[in-house]
Amino acid sequence: MASRVSVGPVPVTSEQTFAQPRGVWSWITTVDHKRIGILYLLTALFFFAVGGLEAMLIRVQLARPNSEFMSADTYNQMFTMHGTTMIFLAIMPLSGAFFNFLVPLMIGARDVAFPRLNAFSYWALLFGAIMINVGWLFGEAPDAGWFAYANLTSSAYSPGNNVDFWVLGIQILGLSSLAAAFNFLITIVNMRAPGMGMMRMPIFVWMTLITAILIILAFPALTVGVTMLMLDRFYGSNFFVPEAGGSPLLWQHLFWVFGHPEVYILILPAFGIISEVLPVFSRKPLFGYSAVVFAGAGIAVLGFSVWAHHMFTVGMGPVPNSIFAISTMLIALPTGVKIFNWIGTVWGGHVSLKTPMLFALGLIALFIVGGISGVMHASPPVDSQHQDSYFVVAHFHYVLFGGSIMGLFSGIYYWFPKISGRMYNELMGQIHFWLMFLGMNLTFFPMHWLGVQGMPRRIYTYDDSQGWNDWNMFVTIGMFVLVVSFVFFAANMLMSLVVGERAPDDPWDGATLEWAISSPPPVYNFRTIPLVTSRIPLWSEKYPEVYGGDDHGAHSYEQPDVDDEHGREHMVPGAHGDSHEHEAHDAHGHDDTIHLPNPSYWPLVTAGGIAIAFGGFLVSYIMVGVGVAMTVIGIFAWALEPAITYVAPTTSDDAAHDHHA
Amino acid sequence: MVDHAMEIPEHPTSTGLNNVKLAMWAFLASDCMFFGSLIAAYMVSKGRNVVGPYPEDLINIPFTSVSTFVLLMSSLAMVMALHGIQTGSLARFRIWTVATGLLGLVFLGGQIYEFTEFAHEGLSISHNLFGSTFFTLTGFHGTHVAIGVIWLFSMVLASFKPGLVTQRKSLNVEVAGLYWHFVDIVWIVIFTLVYLLY
Repeated sequence: MASRVSVGPVPVTSEQTFAQPRGVWSWITTVDHKRIGILYLLTALFFFAVGGLEAMLIRVQLARPNSEFMSADTYNQMFTMHGTTMIFLAIMPLSGAFFNFLVPLMIGARDVAFPRLNAFSYWALLFGAIMINVGWLFGEAPDAGWFAYANLTSSAYSPGNNVDFWVLGIQILGLSSLAAAFNFLITIVNMRAPGMGMMRMPIFVWMTLITAILIILAFPALTVGVTMLMLDRFYGSNFFVPEAGGSPLLWQHLFWVFGHPEVYILILPAFGIISEVLPVFSRKPLFGYSAVVFAGAGIAVLGFSVWAHHMFTVGMGPVPNSIFAISTMLIALPTGVKIFNWIGTVWGGHVSLKTPMLFALGLIALFIVGGISGVMHASPPVDSQHQDSYFVVAHFHYVLFGGSIMGLFSGIYYWFPKISGRMYNELMGQIHFWLMFLGMNLTFFPMHWLGVQGMPRRIYTYDDSQGWNDWNMFVTIGMFVLVVSFVFFAANMLMSLVVGERAPDDPWDGATLEWAISSPPPVYNFRTIPLVTSRIPLWSEKYPEVYGGDDHGAHSYEQPDVDDEHGREHMVPGAHGDSHEHEAHDAHGHDDTIHLPNPSYWPLVTAGGIAIAFGGFLVSYIMVGVGVAMTVIGIFAWALEPAITYVAPTTSDDAAHDHHA
Repeated sequence: MVDHAMEIPEHPTSTGLNNVKLAMWAFLASDCMFFGSLIAAYMVSKGRNVVGPYPEDLINIPFTSVSTFVLLMSSLAMVMALHGIQTGSLARFRIWTVATGLLGLVFLGGQIYEFTEFAHEGLSISHNLFGSTFFTLTGFHGTHVAIGVIWLFSMVLASFKPGLVTQRKSLNVEVAGLYWHFVDIVWIVIFTLVYLLY
């Protein structure tokens, strides 16, 4: 490129052009990806606290032998809801919060491809979460474990409504996840700013794309399994009824065909986050960008071929066991590639140990521990010793808490200034990290030992004579260290929102496009859609002598599809593309047209209709009918309402920054 | 604002492909996994029935061949409907879309008749494993067809409001067509595995 076109649009605060809409109604009808991201974030943090409370009660119960703190029945509900809540209502929506807030900013878009579908995803998440949790009010929360094995879940063995709440809630949550996945897939494939080829996308966007594909292909298996369970329970069908020839193993296969890709749905976004954080706090571009991308894709592909390693002990026979053992061991390779790339990124960098960096490094350390115990389970004979023991509990908490949660908290601290417009308190952040890192190891590491000593999962108590007393007490104390760490987190966030100093646009000297605009970003994100010439567009612009060369782009893969002369004109929506559509808004002055999606309450109505219809299965068919009618009305009204407003903003500052040639 | 109703967002997209069309392809990929799971469940449950009626007592290949033919012909009509709107003929669009929908309704009628017959023979979703798997698989397919029929007739109704269904918005019809053809293709698999190879 002979001349470099300015990447960072001049920041324009929202007051200058558009006023942010205010009030509760504006949040209910919002289709702004940033607001939906904030709704996801708050909802996920709320359910993270709920799931944490459940974990706390579990540990109080297990602190001492023969404890009578809670009944076996309550305990079953507690561990089922802890797992379900953390997976579906905390980690997935937390990842979703980052997808929503960041993906359009990172790819230089004004919004997602389908803003109203995005709102629908959020409302369906909220209603699904309520559906799963509403059983608590009746003392009938789901109690068959987060993977709800048949035929424990049949009407014969689970006669209450507990499993019904789980089934109906999971159906709604599945719709929410699928809708979001379609949206982010299309957004990333189709809404990138000019010049941002696939191989120039930030790694977080890549991991979002891969996660979306995983959701699209994995969730239908869960939907089918849960639908069969629903038919078994509500209409007496025989899918999982052995006496009628049905197969409980069918459930296990369907569940884990979903469930193992789900593991990567939970971890890949966290991998994406730290792949953004590590370079910025090491002052070096990511080491081996392509390797990280292809390793992520490799994990996704292999992720579909390992599901039966959850079933080594059901008697599939030596051949399937061997095949799944090999594919499971193989998946350690792309994961190892990523870890070496991260280490290579930090290696020799000017490392700044700010809170986001600490969490990112914490992920690497702890995920390795969980990854290694994962390779151990890949061996069927070893797995048959570990199956259903606390060793497995230790393993998946190292990858989910040590991996996903660490990565997500890294992201929360890293983007807190961008999202809130305030800086967090660094000292409290550091205290949070060290307490959490310590508490995490105190809580979960001894579970390895409890596991090899034979302590099974999901038991509500144990006898004094079994020799598990000391480590159980130790683990419970470790858990309280974790609780204290989250007190620091909550206090830090709340105080910083009120008294934190104003965040600059680019507090970390970041490399990606979201740091080019104000904190918090204006409603339309980019005043002018940027032209991207590099993988690290902001660094290329800020440090042209270091990162200005073409080698930091991916020119060998894809050339930007615009040239410098006319690039800027092409970047303005409405000024380019299909000539038929063009005519329609010429009147607005095509160069300066910003079009924004209209607020809409139909996504809420549609999601509400679906929730009412599913809820109706527990109440009456009239309610099902009302829900279906509401859904149909919602869909038609949605299809027929105007989706987009065209706005011609003030043009006072345009001249100053259209001087590109 | 009638002008903007049902309009597909006209962002200049990175791939040049329309967002809605791409989303439909992604949905169909997902739906492949949905029907794949249902069909797999049907196949692993096959032959494990412990009480009758069994598939061989009920399956009527000549009858279902006719309704299969009807459904396949509806795909032809769908192609004609799309061609109609793409060449700017609202009349041909309406005729062929109505034809597609009616053929879909004939197929659904055949399915209702078949379900009723099977029910008379004592088959139900709860009676045996064949009933559970058969009614679930074909029922979900039928639901897809029914949604398609509603979609097609909605487009015909919408075409009477000026500006909603036009040549330059023919992509809306194309997307509906993608869905309709997919539902047909799934039926070919179901017809082969459930009926021809019972």
